[in-house]
Amino acid sequence: MTTTLRFALVDCNSFYVSCERVFRPELEDVPVVVLSNNDGCVIARSDEAKALGIKMGMPYFQLKDLIKRERVEVFSSNYELYGDMSRRVVSTLSQFTPNLEIYSIDECFLDLSHLKPEEVEEWGRSVRETVKKWTGIPVSVGAAGTKTLAKLANRLAKKRAEAGGVLALHTAAETEEALRKTPVGDVWGIGRQHAKRLQQLNVTTAWDLSRMPDGWVKKNMAVTGLRTLLELRGQPCQDLELETPDKKNICTSRSFGRPLTELCDIEEALSTHTVRCATKLRRQNSCASGVTVFLMTNRFAVTEHVYCNSRTIQLPQPTNSELELLPRAMHLLKDMFRPGKRYVKVGIILNGLVPASEVQLDLFSNQNGEKHSKLMDTLDTLRQRFGHHALKYAVQGNKNEKDVEEEKRAPWMLQKKFLSSPYTTSLKGLLRIKA
Amino acid sequence: MKAEVILIDRPDVMQLHDMTAHRLELFSSAVQAGFPSPAADYDAEPIDLNAYITQNPTATFLARVEGDSMIGAHIEPGDLVVIDRSLKATSGRIVLAFVAGEFTIKRLIDKPDGAYLEPENPKYKSIRINHPDMGRIWGVVVGIVKKV
Repeated sequence: MTTTLRFALVDCNSFYVSCERVFRPELEDVPVVVLSNNDGCVIARSDEAKALGIKMGMPYFQLKDLIKRERVEVFSSNYELYGDMSRRVVSTLSQFTPNLEIYSIDECFLDLSHLKPEEVEEWGRSVRETVKKWTGIPVSVGAAGTKTLAKLANRLAKKRAEAGGVLALHTAAETEEALRKTPVGDVWGIGRQHAKRLQQLNVTTAWDLSRMPDGWVKKNMAVTGLRTLLELRGQPCQDLELETPDKKNICTSRSFGRPLTELCDIEEALSTHTVRCATKLRRQNSCASGVTVFLMTNRFAVTEHVYCNSRTIQLPQPTNSELELLPRAMHLLKDMFRPGKRYVKVGIILNGLVPASEVQLDLFSNQNGEKHSKLMDTLDTLRQRFGHHALKYAVQGNKNEKDVEEEKRAPWMLQKKFLSSPYTTSLKGLLRIKA
Repeated sequence: MKAEVILIDRPDVMQLHDMTAHRLELFSSAVQAGFPSPAADYDAEPIDLNAYITQNPTATFLARVEGDSMIGAHIEPGDLVVIDRSLKATSGRIVLAFVAGEFTIKRLIDKPDGAYLEPENPKYKSIRINHPDMGRIWGVVVGIVKKV
């Protein structure tokens, strides 16, 4: 019996590493890793790096010797580059179908309903070749009757060399084989806790899970677990999400480049996060009804007292104006700040988001509303054109996050010692070529 | 005043094209009491140099030129070259190649004894590529941007 192949998951192979390699082809067969923000731990690895035993999440400082000995190439995360390359991949994929869901920076679900089952492999190979040719990024394609199975097929397409990066689960037998080869913890939507519990019950593979009684799964893993179960059996429960729902709250936070003790440094960081966060808020045309600020010291420090605090206030009127949000965020920070501690992270959450159009109707209580909204429009336009550094509040300080040299950076700014160039988003960062 | 509706449809899917936001103009001429503009029915978009310079922005990349080996083809130090990865590199086209650990721009010429990357400056020699490991084509040069 053949199933209808409804979904394909296209996933970029070691995406961040692949982005770096497009502009550094000499790194093609070399072990490469990309580090998290602040150069903390490994978040992407090339196959060669995996073969050296480098695991996801390993702290950089533990790997220094290995990196030197094996000549592993190390990169700080360059989200400007990855974001642009991701847009290029999505845009290439949208040549193949208008119905696609961007699931993450390196994964898309594509609709397959316009294809005959026997066309899917050929189509998948064509997707792979086109994305590789246009963008330089290698991808794998998994196709199946449900999103959960497409995800599972994709994982196997990557693992099986003979699959050539494309795997479609056509028949019940193929699906069963795939399910048997997939550890239960690798099933989409099965978290670590559930995986542990299932393993204790001798449910070790996706196949075992698919044979569990509905009632047990619903009782112990809630309705999302049941959905996963049905999808593993080939019953589609989730469709493509073509529109990204507006977020209910928005957060911007970063670890500091090094621990901070001075309030003024933290204020620079928090005000910069607040501006970024408010920009995201306005991009989705929302206003926030509340502001939360959190501040923390190193949670893992042995010799210091851990201090972790957060404060929230409700705003008298929902707003997306920085002039309203900034002083409140600063106030919350001052309220929480205790001298003599070494802080490692600050962040802001804007919550209770409502559509801006609903707020602006209330003209009387918000006399400055229109003025502010015009000002914010102007700020957004200028910043989009000239960058966030172009127009800032004094409290943000005068250091530019785009400067790479150590002495030009503020102490709160992320460490990016191994940052590559923004090859595709800045004229200054372009590839330089000997003609 | 112009009345405009900005359509932000599927923001994630459209992101690449968002640079120039989709604007649907409801009234493209000023709403006024006087005589309507005779140009109203002849609305045209301003000239878009991006569209002139590349057919396929998704696969197009820019690079900055250093060196003078292609001066005969008017590719000079400091110029921006526009590279389209989606095009097939055929004999006679100027290409961006990666050879011996370096990027280089040359004209690709197929000859019976192999592919050649030919400079357009008598000071330089052409490079013969007779093995796939020697180099690869990164993209095809489709334009040069100069500031004068």
